[in-house]
Amino acid sequence: MENLRNGYLFPEISKRAFDHTQKHPDARLIRLGIGDTTEPIPDIITSAMAEYAKALSTIEGYNGYGDEQGNMALRVAIAETLYRNMGIKGNEVFVSDGAQCDISRLQMLLGSDVTVAVQDPSFPAYIDSSVIFGRAGKFEEETGKYGNIVYMKCSPENKFFPNLSITRKTDVIFFCSPNNPTGNAATKLQLQRLVEFAKANGSIIIYDSSYAAFISDESPRSIYEIPGAKEVAIEVSSFSKFAGFTGVRLGWTVVPEELKYTNGFPVIKDYDRIVCTCFNGAPSISQAGGLACLSPQGYEATTAVIAYYKENAKIIADTFRSLALKVYGGENAPYIWVHFPGQKSWDVFNEILAKTHIVTIPGSGFGPAGEEYMRFSAFGRRENILEASRRLKSLYK
Amino acid sequence: MSVSQSFATSLSSSSSAFFVSSNFISSGYGVQNVPFPAKSIGVVKCVAAPQEQETVFKTKVPRNSNMAKLQAGYLFPEIARRRNAHLLKYPDAKVISLGIGDTTEPIPEVITSAMAQKSLGLSTREGYSGYGAEQGEKPLRAAIASTFYGNFGIEEDDIFISDGAKCDISRLQVVFGSNVTMAVQDPSYPAYVDSSVIMGQTGQFQKDVEKYATIEYMRCTAENGFFPDLSTVGRTDIIFFCSPNNPTGSAATREQLTQLVQFAKKNGSIIVYDSAYALYMSDDNPRSIFEIPGAKEVAIETSSYSKYAGFTGVRLGWTVVPKQLLFSDGFPVAKDFNRIVCTCFNGASNIAQAGALACLSPEGLKAMYEVIGFYKENTDIIVDTFNSLGFKVYGGKNAPYVWVHFPGQSSWDVFSEILERTHVVTTPGSGFGPGGEGFIRVSAFGHRENILEACRRFKQLYK
Repeated sequence: MENLRNGYLFPEISKRAFDHTQKHPDARLIRLGIGDTTEPIPDIITSAMAEYAKALSTIEGYNGYGDEQGNMALRVAIAETLYRNMGIKGNEVFVSDGAQCDISRLQMLLGSDVTVAVQDPSFPAYIDSSVIFGRAGKFEEETGKYGNIVYMKCSPENKFFPNLSITRKTDVIFFCSPNNPTGNAATKLQLQRLVEFAKANGSIIIYDSSYAAFISDESPRSIYEIPGAKEVAIEVSSFSKFAGFTGVRLGWTVVPEELKYTNGFPVIKDYDRIVCTCFNGAPSISQAGGLACLSPQGYEATTAVIAYYKENAKIIADTFRSLALKVYGGENAPYIWVHFPGQKSWDVFNEILAKTHIVTIPGSGFGPAGEEYMRFSAFGRRENILEASRRLKSLYK
Repeated sequence: MSVSQSFATSLSSSSSAFFVSSNFISSGYGVQNVPFPAKSIGVVKCVAAPQEQETVFKTKVPRNSNMAKLQAGYLFPEIARRRNAHLLKYPDAKVISLGIGDTTEPIPEVITSAMAQKSLGLSTREGYSGYGAEQGEKPLRAAIASTFYGNFGIEEDDIFISDGAKCDISRLQVVFGSNVTMAVQDPSYPAYVDSSVIMGQTGQFQKDVEKYATIEYMRCTAENGFFPDLSTVGRTDIIFFCSPNNPTGSAATREQLTQLVQFAKKNGSIIVYDSAYALYMSDDNPRSIFEIPGAKEVAIETSSYSKYAGFTGVRLGWTVVPKQLLFSDGFPVAKDFNRIVCTCFNGASNIAQAGALACLSPEGLKAMYEVIGFYKENTDIIVDTFNSLGFKVYGGKNAPYVWVHFPGQSSWDVFSEILERTHVVTTPGSGFGPGGEGFIRVSAFGHRENILEACRRFKQLYK
């Protein structure tokens, strides 16, 4: 714990936003920082949750402890709806209260002796949880990196896919696609190389597919679209951005039966033990909502909300392109990654906040390769997105 | 069939063991001891693709040696597995579950309607909320502080809302790290020991004594009134203490807890006090460790709505980390717990929190106490039954668990016999530690008719 540098990134952003509103009580703050969903959840899903909640007051409808691994109907629905034709079975899906929680459970599973690689930049929970579990080594001021973590640089130069030929071998590789924060979605070819790399090194990929629902093109939505992935990859995902469940709390992790430790012991058995010992199941009401999300009408309804956010992303991306800034992401993810050459990202953060009352996230918060970049999230009410665009155009014209 | 209907049906069908684990024998799981050949397992002629060899691919990632230390599955899924196997064997038997402490009675409407309302509100502009504060919603934290800790100087920001005590125990273990030593009561709720093993705080399991090396097991028996003789307990960094106790049902007195706090103070230890059953207390014992002066400097308290409000599936609990609790270098434990909560967790469900808040309204509290009262009546019936059969019976007064002595018998044998001959599921005491051997835990959660029927069957078997 002592090894952690500061507070977790997102509460820091919250705090700065809060302090700003205290100083400027009349300013209309627009939040494009933390990727927090804003649009209401479709009726078909919330009414399923309300119905389930009310039924808990009846003898027939009351349920106590659920299976720690999740409600079987939901596990099967996830496997069949989201992993169709990929050979993933219901019993390989573990329902949880969210991807951030699952990442720590996976860290607990793997223990402190494993080595870790992350993309640079990446979602801070991978690094921070690695530090907490004692595998990161000491933080090095000059490089902005933890000594024992392998950072795989992802930049426009390498099309946001790491150069695996110069990547040191590690036990675990965290990989997020579509990526938070760069918004980049890896291609099938790139993921094939990643799976081959993992196979050659005997590594385990922890693949975060929380933003898969935002993909617009043919980019793979799951690592299991790649042959051989079941023997090397765990996939973590979430209903947060897919269904607006950021407060409701629901996610899942896939651990294929084929995934084995070096002594042949199936990883799934140990993960099941973690889930039974350190967890007590995802909230039952949230699971009822999750099941509704995966019904044909529910899925269609959530797709409409995602389309709304994607339109927001387009507006933001177009805004920056019109300002002749280099813009990345936005097409396959709700994040837009903008290059501000020669400037420190925290300085840009402060300037944008001070002059336009817009909260963003400085790229360096995601790792040293995020320096000079800013992440803009596309979650927000359309009028706020439009207003933010107006203000940014004003500032940077 | 509506979506929620199909969901409910699936939920009510059983249980957890989705893969076939080896026979549960107390001597161990065994797989990790089997040496694996260095080469791949072999070539199989594959009809579909004659070019391919069927070999088992293994990564080069070593299995976490701490996981390998665990002796078997977690206790309660094992109980569930046995219950399911029994159901298969006797499909017409009316199996009554007094094993896993799973609540059975519906949640009062004042609480579920708050959750239903919150759910429906999420479909509206005004009612939608995204990420909540990871520590929990302020009104709920404030309500818990004032309802349960009103006079003890515990403040709203000392309270961290969670998805349950079991999850909090593991988060606390992450805060403590792998270099701490720990003490548990013997017998005790298995999550304390198991999470400690997983975190790497312990040595190997010693089969002869059925204990993990480096854990200090504090024996709690009828002879010592289920409170450990602290003069014989070695110093550890962390002390897990549960009162009212799962599984023995015993509640520590003010004098005993004062001793415990003094012991912790003297040794500079941190007590993790599990008060999940506090509202079942009939006697005038402390309901919170913070009733004891000085406790804020040595104790963390964890609790849960599971057994108060039937929230076993809904998932809501909390942990109190007082500002006054400091590590040896003076760093506040609450700061690290907060960091864990922000990094390894993302807040309890907003719907569950709405329900939890409704529980603490005057109407909600009244309703909760009614349900607790119902389970306490169940407990009385079970206690009376075993007393009438001449057994030595403990617990039951201050907790929904009855701890029955079966001298000279292996508790798994008694468990099996009771299951086989009365179709009633209980929990063998040895599942809670070697100090539980010779005891059976009977849980009092159940519909009244099932409790009465189970007691009839016990009387038949043991008359």
